[in-house]
Amino acid sequence: MTDQRSQAEIVRQSLKRRYRKERRFRAYGILAIAIALSALVILFADIIGKGYSGFVKTTVTLDVQLDGEMMYIDDASDERQLKMADFVEPLIQALMKEIPGATEEDRDAVRDLINPYASVTLRDALQANPDWLGTTQTMTFLTHTDVDVYVKHGDDDAYSIKLTEEQQAWVDRLLEQGAIDTSFNDVFFSNGDSRDPSKAGVLGAIVGSLLTMFVTLVLSFPIGVAAAIYLEEFAPQNKFTDFIEVNINNLAAVPSIIFGLLGLAVFINLFGMPRSVPVVGGLVLTLMTLPTIIISSRAAIKSVPPSIREAAEGIGASKMQVVLHHVLPLAMPGMLTGSIIGMAQALGETAPLLLIGMVAFIVDVPDGFFDSATVLPVQVFLWAGSPELAFIERASAAIMVLLTFLISMNALAIWMRKRLERRW
Amino acid sequence: MNTLNTTVTSEAEMPEENVVPVQEEKPAETVIEEGKTVGRPFADDAKFKLRNVEVFYGQDRAIKNISLDIGRNEVIAFIGPSGCGKSTFLRCLNRMNDSIDICRVKGSLNLDDQDIYDPKRDVVELRARVGMVFQKPNPFPKSIYDNVAYGPRIHGLANRKSDLDDIVENSLRKAGLWDEVKDRLDATATGMSGGQQQRLCIARAIAVSPEVVLMDEPCSALDPIATAKVEELIAELSESYTIVIVTHSMQQAARVSHRTAYFHLGHLVEVNETNKVFTSPEHELTESYITGRFG
Repeated sequence: MTDQRSQAEIVRQSLKRRYRKERRFRAYGILAIAIALSALVILFADIIGKGYSGFVKTTVTLDVQLDGEMMYIDDASDERQLKMADFVEPLIQALMKEIPGATEEDRDAVRDLINPYASVTLRDALQANPDWLGTTQTMTFLTHTDVDVYVKHGDDDAYSIKLTEEQQAWVDRLLEQGAIDTSFNDVFFSNGDSRDPSKAGVLGAIVGSLLTMFVTLVLSFPIGVAAAIYLEEFAPQNKFTDFIEVNINNLAAVPSIIFGLLGLAVFINLFGMPRSVPVVGGLVLTLMTLPTIIISSRAAIKSVPPSIREAAEGIGASKMQVVLHHVLPLAMPGMLTGSIIGMAQALGETAPLLLIGMVAFIVDVPDGFFDSATVLPVQVFLWAGSPELAFIERASAAIMVLLTFLISMNALAIWMRKRLERRW
Repeated sequence: MNTLNTTVTSEAEMPEENVVPVQEEKPAETVIEEGKTVGRPFADDAKFKLRNVEVFYGQDRAIKNISLDIGRNEVIAFIGPSGCGKSTFLRCLNRMNDSIDICRVKGSLNLDDQDIYDPKRDVVELRARVGMVFQKPNPFPKSIYDNVAYGPRIHGLANRKSDLDDIVENSLRKAGLWDEVKDRLDATATGMSGGQQQRLCIARAIAVSPEVVLMDEPCSALDPIATAKVEELIAELSESYTIVIVTHSMQQAARVSHRTAYFHLGHLVEVNETNKVFTSPEHELTESYITGRFG
């Protein structure tokens, strides 16, 4: 009896210490999560804070008088005349009318408020509607990037305002009148890259990313799954198989830039494939993603309960039937999840693509797998390195677009896993 | 400490399966003569003729020179302490050991006078003739219908949907499951109770009309009521199939089998009519086991 009481005593004494340990351990866990979450919050706050203005464009609405005499044009359907015509003058005249104090000497200062591409917009409009010649039309144009920066960041010291004080006063007035206005930046989503920040967009990079990802998915998923099935189900257990296994694990740890060098040496120099094209980008990213997909697919195959395999074998299913009818369907959620995570990694990859020339300045939206293209992370890299501050907000905006893609891919992976697993 | 000891001894006295083997009580003077089986190991009308069978796991000899006949339409039960090789031996009969790389089988194993381990023999065909039911119910994560129809489908036993429907219905009826599931054939099999799942596995095994059904402790994961149902089913199936059942429950062996084989450390010690084994065992190891002197 005395023994028992002392044992209870010992247990009670140790309890306090055990519970304290448990509380401390729980506190460590909460602390770790809090640090991770706050890092995430800071990251997002910074990117969104810097980038949200990238989704806003500044426009000026003008009553443009399309006077044939002023533009040196008498027939708007004549291509040659359209090429020679002066489309800047009507814009200057229209804007001068909005600014009461402006005189002929201020012509250049007034012109610098309008985007250099506005005249192209005007020409395209006239080409589409030749009967507009001689009439007055109300049209909306992009402002000059300097105006855009002043309107969005006029009170921010980080940005240098290039407008003169006189110009600033005009812009303030036009803002009050409502002639200059801000709206959702559709240009950002409908254009490729440009030297002019106001005209620069991510569509080229998005399309380039999609094309590259398509090539990567089409190549890496079947190859990865086939390799995993062979290694798990059919490969004999010998030294050679072990050697392959070790090397797949090694490949997963190889820095991605090495794959870029490999792509440059093999695909471009040896096979003579063109530079900067999505096909080569996709091939390089396939090499990079394969180990991830193989490893996760093998784990998924391994996790299929052996009892299911035995059940099928016991009825007389052949090896191939066991794999196709039972192992593969059960392993598919895991394989898909691994592949999507591999693809998300590939989508965010920059380094190997720099080496195969996808870092080039490309204005046009790519229209095929063999057309020069860039991808979202490389576009971010390009803009972030630009000296013009107006590109910085666009880099942040592009990061947000990239993150949206990544988060939706991960959400898709989770959704697929949940959905497909419910059958089990 | 004292109380702990008493529990062990009292449990050991009961002839139950989950008994901790008490090594010291094993009669040390009993020597098993290799290849020598007492009783009646051979049958006149043999389905399986197994002679001098040896199974190796790497260097380990798991089955030591066993010779046995399994008669046509006979229910034979394999009993013996854990690790005695009865499951290993059972799995030789449809070559389920093939998938274990280090496992080698020696000796002559014939099914209807054809060598099971002939390298030219197709294991798929063998398994279509020798079906198997496992310890843990392992239905496919598919519908009840698809589970039963899987075997006939892969072997091409039914050309038309109506033929397949008939096979499924007959198999489920034979397994005594038809009335319980006929209204929900499309429901997933994994949603059924353990006993139903095991009977579904039996239905799945007999759907390909095998000649032999091997059962590896088919009731060890089931409650007594489900066990009774499965045992009833075995008795019915014995009319048309040869059944080999591995069991840890001696009561079960006594209830369902015609002959009982007692395995010990890889040896086949005794084979005889079931009632003879349980009433007057010839070998002292058999007697020790069935009286519960060791597990």
